[in-house]
Parts: sequence; structure tokens; C-alpha cells
Amino acid sequence: MRVGVVTFPGSNCDYDLYKAAQQVGADVEFIWHRQKNLDGYDVVMLPGGFSYGDYLRAGAIARISPVMEDIVGFAENGGPVLGICNGFQILCEAGLLPGALIRNVSLRFESRDVHMLVEQTETPFTSEYQKGQILRIPIAHGEGNYEADGQLLEQLEAEGRIVFRYVNRGGEMTEEANPNGSRNSIAGLTNESGNVLGMMPHPERAMEEVLGSVDGMGVFLSLAANLSTVVL
Amino acid sequence: MNHFRMEILVKPRPGLLDPEGKAIHHALRSLGWTDIHDVRVGKAIYIDLEAEDSVTALETTEAMCRKILANPVTEDFEVSVVGDTERITA
Repeated sequence: MRVGVVTFPGSNCDYDLYKAAQQVGADVEFIWHRQKNLDGYDVVMLPGGFSYGDYLRAGAIARISPVMEDIVGFAENGGPVLGICNGFQILCEAGLLPGALIRNVSLRFESRDVHMLVEQTETPFTSEYQKGQILRIPIAHGEGNYEADGQLLEQLEAEGRIVFRYVNRGGEMTEEANPNGSRNSIAGLTNESGNVLGMMPHPERAMEEVLGSVDGMGVFLSLAANLSTVVL
Repeated sequence: MNHFRMEILVKPRPGLLDPEGKAIHHALRSLGWTDIHDVRVGKAIYIDLEAEDSVTALETTEAMCRKILANPVTEDFEVSVVGDTERITA
């Protein structure tokens, strides 16, 4: 599996993602945001951080970076694209995922572990998880409040596109367990064809027992499992 | 070509939760302004540009709003000309 991790000016989780992908055996390369060619990559990952200082809106300026045009093409051709935190915000701004991420209801930057439920395992990002599994994964964001209109939410629910949902330790969806006010407690969702995943929590920060959790590893193991079975 | 100063007001869409507006609402209430029903916070962007006339200036600025300055999922925008060549001294 050959993974490209995109670095925008202001990205700060790119090395974590690099390391996480390497940990599951991937060949990983950084892609500078001005690069225009994505040939040869099996997966493209957009890291967390504060691209362009979050000016205008989080992700709004990064999405016009030269590399984004190719990422849109890559995704349209079925290539898996994973956006984490700021990467999720960029994917929404770029129109690869519907909806938007606005200021946390608390008005605070929320940096802590949360629990989330794996709701959809039929994706290249989650196939190694069990449906209903509860993961403990860190979040660190000020704008992670997923906003979408009622019609879109109904569609996302009906199509099974909500992959991760914030829950409490016992797996219940409560207001207290929702760290940012996201509609329907959405922590991660896919596009219509399921090859683009955006999520606010940071699986790449939950890869080592010594750092508190290995619950994020499933995302990278799933990609590795799905992409190494592709026979051309 | 003429110079125009454009004002763009980007506003949270009606019905959308505006936590910043809510916090300011609380602050104002605690300062004694108890008759406030609602507070919404948006932003103002000023752009100086050259255009044939004010209609073109408005069209250009509206295109910028649709393309990048406002997010149609969460924001509405309003564009106006607030100055022309003679009035812009800065």
C-alpha cells in the first residue's frame, strides 16, 4: 500500500499520520500541497492542523491548494481519501463531503479522549472493526461541530454513511458525550460511494498502548487489508 | 476602470446555532441588557477593486462570495458598494 500524506502550510499532524501508516506496513510519502500529480498512490490522507491559520473558515483556503484538484479527481475515480480533523474540514470545504464544521458549542478548543461507536464497517477504512465496537480516541479541535440540514441528515442516516458517532463509555448517544454539538452526534462520515472518509477524532494518535489507546489502529489496518488484496 | 470599495457581510444562516452570538448574548444580559432576544455574529470583509461600473463590481464580489468567501451550508452573504474612487482616500 502506497500512502500519500498531504502537507498544507499549517498542517501539524502529518508526521503522526506518516508514522501511523508506516506502522501497518505502508510505503508512505509526504505530498506538498503544491504537488500536482497523485499517480501511484493507493490512499491519500489529509492531516489535522491549522492550514492557513484557519483564516476565513477552517479548511476554506487549503481547499484551493493546487493538490486539491487532483485529490478531487483521485476521489472521483474511487481512490480512498481519509481526512482527519482539519483534513475533514478541508474535505467539506472542497465539496467531497457534504455539510460543514462550525464552532464547538462549548466555544472551547476541546482536547481530550472521547468514545465513539463504529456504526459502519463496510468501508475500506473500518472493515477491521466490529460493528458496534466502542473506541476511545483523542480529539483536539475548536471547529468540529458537524452541521447539515435535516434533509441531508436523513439521507446520511438512510444511506448508512455515518461511520462514527460520539457516545459515552457505555455506548449511549447522549448530549454530554457529544464534545462539540455535532448534529446526530456525527464524528465521521463518508461520501456517497464510501471511498472518502472525514472524521474529527484522531486515530493516528491512538496507535500505541503506552500512549493510552490502540483503538485508532483499525483505520490503518483496514486500509492495509483492503488495498493489499487488490490484484491487478 | 473605476475603484470601488466593497463591503461583504457574512452572516450565520437563520436557524443555525451560533454559539458565539449566544455567549455574547449572555454577556450582554449579565451587564443588564435584559431585553435582548437574540445575538448573531457574522463578519465583515472589505475589498477594494477595479471595475467598469458598480454593477460589475457587485457581480464580481458576489462571485467571490459564492466561490470562497461564504460557505453556503452555514452562511448567507450581502454585498454592497461602500465607496468609489472619489470617496476612497485610504
